[in-house]
Amino acid sequence: MAIVTRVVLDVLKPHQPNALAFASQLADLDASIKVNLVVQEVDDKTQTIVLSITGERLDFELITQHIKSMGGSVHSIDEVDVQGEAIRGSSD
Amino acid sequence: MFSRLRYLIELSQSHRIARRYFVTNGFDGVLAMLGLLMGFRVSGSVSIDVIISACVGAVVALFVSGLSSAYISEAAEKQHELQALEKSMLTAMDDSVHAEAAQWMPWLIALVNGFSPLLLALLILVPLFMFQLQLWPDALNIVSPLDLAIIVALSLAFMLGVFLGRLNGHFWLWTGVRALLVAVMTALIILLLNQFLAQP
Repeated sequence: MAIVTRVVLDVLKPHQPNALAFASQLADLDASIKVNLVVQEVDDKTQTIVLSITGERLDFELITQHIKSMGGSVHSIDEVDVQGEAIRGSSD
Repeated sequence: MFSRLRYLIELSQSHRIARRYFVTNGFDGVLAMLGLLMGFRVSGSVSIDVIISACVGAVVALFVSGLSSAYISEAAEKQHELQALEKSMLTAMDDSVHAEAAQWMPWLIALVNGFSPLLLALLILVPLFMFQLQLWPDALNIVSPLDLAIIVALSLAFMLGVFLGRLNGHFWLWTGVRALLVAVMTALIILLLNQFLAQP
């Protein structure tokens, strides 16, 4: 199965947790994860952000679940970097 | 567990509400006790046991009232906030920290609102408890337990004012004196009312 090393997500989130706390909590999911967060739009109760997450082996389900637990909602996956993983036995 | 609680408090900004409730209901508790004690003071010879029974009854009522009223109002308020947020997010947020905060923060605020008058009122009653338990030191014989309780009530009103002043950045002495003046005014009104009612 391909290894996801980078995703760029368009996310709608409440003002709290703030951008720093939001990005930090995602980064804390794994030691190899780096998060870049850009606030695109600010509304009365919400913010539209673009999250760029890189890591050695990203668990996409875990990331989206964590975003949801912080009140965020993933609107779209805008970019992905994946790396192929040799399926055992296929080269034999 | 405490770090989670701290996170939920910060997320919902509940510390500000709890702080406001602490001062507001604490001041209510102090003034209620001051009123009761002044009433006993002007009514003459009432035994300490009767005073304690009446005050403890009032303390319990203040505690239950503070707890229930804050929970009812805050639970409704937090649910309303969550629904408004869900409307903006265009999605249900049942599994989010916001829903968790909406569930637990009303309890925390209610506890603050209930315990604030309870603890302050119990502090005011300490001189009376000391006298009842025969722990009254001879050095304090210059003042009666009832008068000392009134002094404690006035001091706590002053300290609540100081606390409020330090919170909002105003000069602490002024806010302390202002709260003390309110308490003194309350005591004076009770004295005047008693004079008026005592006249045939």
